[in-house]
Amino acid sequence: MKKHGSVGWLFGMTGIGCMLAAPSAWAADAALNSGDTAWMIVSTALVMMMTPAGLALFYGGMSRYKNLLNTLAMTFVAYCLASVVWVMWGYSLAFGPDKGGMIGGLDFFFFAGITPASLEGTIPTNVFALFQMTFACITVALVLGSIVDRMKFSAWVVFTVLWVTFVYCPIAHWVWGKGWMASIGALDFAGGTVVHINAGVAGLVLSLVLGKRIGFGKEAMFPSSIALTALGAALLWFGWFGFNAGSALVADGLAGSAFLVTNTSAAAAALAWMFTEWLINKKPTVLGIASGVVAGLVAITPAAGFVGLGPSVLIGIAAGGLGFFSVARLKLKLGYDDSLDAFGVHGMCGTLGALATGLFADPAINAAGTGLFFGNPMQVVIQLVSILATAVFTAVATLVLIYLTKALTGGLRVEEENERIGLDSAIHGERAFEIE
Amino acid sequence: MMKKVEAIIKPFKLDDVKEALNAIGIQGMTVSEVKGYGRQKGHKEVYRGAEYVVDFIPKIKIEIVVAENLLDQVVAKIREAAFTGKIGDGKIFVTPVEQAVRVRTGETGTDAI
Repeated sequence: MKKHGSVGWLFGMTGIGCMLAAPSAWAADAALNSGDTAWMIVSTALVMMMTPAGLALFYGGMSRYKNLLNTLAMTFVAYCLASVVWVMWGYSLAFGPDKGGMIGGLDFFFFAGITPASLEGTIPTNVFALFQMTFACITVALVLGSIVDRMKFSAWVVFTVLWVTFVYCPIAHWVWGKGWMASIGALDFAGGTVVHINAGVAGLVLSLVLGKRIGFGKEAMFPSSIALTALGAALLWFGWFGFNAGSALVADGLAGSAFLVTNTSAAAAALAWMFTEWLINKKPTVLGIASGVVAGLVAITPAAGFVGLGPSVLIGIAAGGLGFFSVARLKLKLGYDDSLDAFGVHGMCGTLGALATGLFADPAINAAGTGLFFGNPMQVVIQLVSILATAVFTAVATLVLIYLTKALTGGLRVEEENERIGLDSAIHGERAFEIE
Repeated sequence: MMKKVEAIIKPFKLDDVKEALNAIGIQGMTVSEVKGYGRQKGHKEVYRGAEYVVDFIPKIKIEIVVAENLLDQVVAKIREAAFTGKIGDGKIFVTPVEQAVRVRTGETGTDAI
């Protein structure tokens, strides 16, 4: 904390403003709070689980049987690579001393100068950095939902390292690390722009460059196991309590409020998706319910520490409907092959959530955010700017990194024969199940 | 003379058919899990809006070789036991069999079945 200068300023950025509401935080410069620290260590572990367990099963179950292990492998390796990148230079780029509002410096390269005694607010800096690390990990892993079934493993490894470094870290800095988006007052409690819009748009760009899967729209592409996907969604939901309530960075009533609206939005969205599908397609599918849960969690993420219970129900219902429309209608109409709907769910519902934050941010919940319905119409404009800036930057930067990856690995896509055989066998030499 | 009866039926009707045939003294059958379609066609599955038609539906195929004099009774019993009245109940095919041999004893013809 001392290394970062003004305490209040830092809270505005890293605590996403929420701690302004907690008077005790002002005197926190030198005081470690063991309750906050315990909660943040638990939150970090919860968010960690979302990637190699939650997302891996959620995505793995949706990918075809022959590519189930490849999907798990890409998710695991994304977590591992992003972890290493983060402790090397990622944390420093995102949360190091600000350079012109755009990026942090390399002062904290490999955690230089960060000791067990270093504090960030009321928690140790190393806990804060690890909590943030789990966000970098899941964001890059979310991208792969757009491209499973066809990307070379080597290309994914290279892309992950480049993307965390050059796309995730700058955007995280803009919003949470004293960057320009924080300066203009953009509200993003736990990652609507940084995580979901960012990953969704990057996934869309990557899927457009990679092209459709062989047989897309002609052959049946059955999910390998809806049961695994449902379990993955449940683990994501569980971990999301650390993601959203943990983003308060303290164990207080605001964390409790974020927890409450997170669960409510997820449940409302699952029901909305289920009933919409039931009405239109005549069947309430398990995949629909699981997808609705995730859509609701995504949409409430930027709003979690700013909105009350009423808006969380509306946000959830809207997210369930929008998610269903995006994956069942929009995707077919536009004809892109976003294999597991990273854009349809995370990009679209993330955008919905970022806008809804500008509408429903309630100063009675968190003094740091006031939305349109509480007399601050400018907040909607600020949210729009942050959404557009994130989408444009990630689209362009991702495109550049895709071509750089292509040059480094001699192509992005697996050979046609391997795509047909399946990547589990062709790349990993394994299969997911031995079934007689 | 012997005949082979091949019946394609709904999987959940297997026990009923087996009991009906046991009741008239049929002492053996061969059963396989098969897939196919007839007038029932396949069914649709929709995953996140993507519609896939599943052409081949799981069925059970029963094969029995019987003496010709039992044939009509066997076919009638199978039909009765496998009947639901809904589309997809299946079909029964009858073909002539030239010879049968019991491996253990070497008996042939109707003695072997």
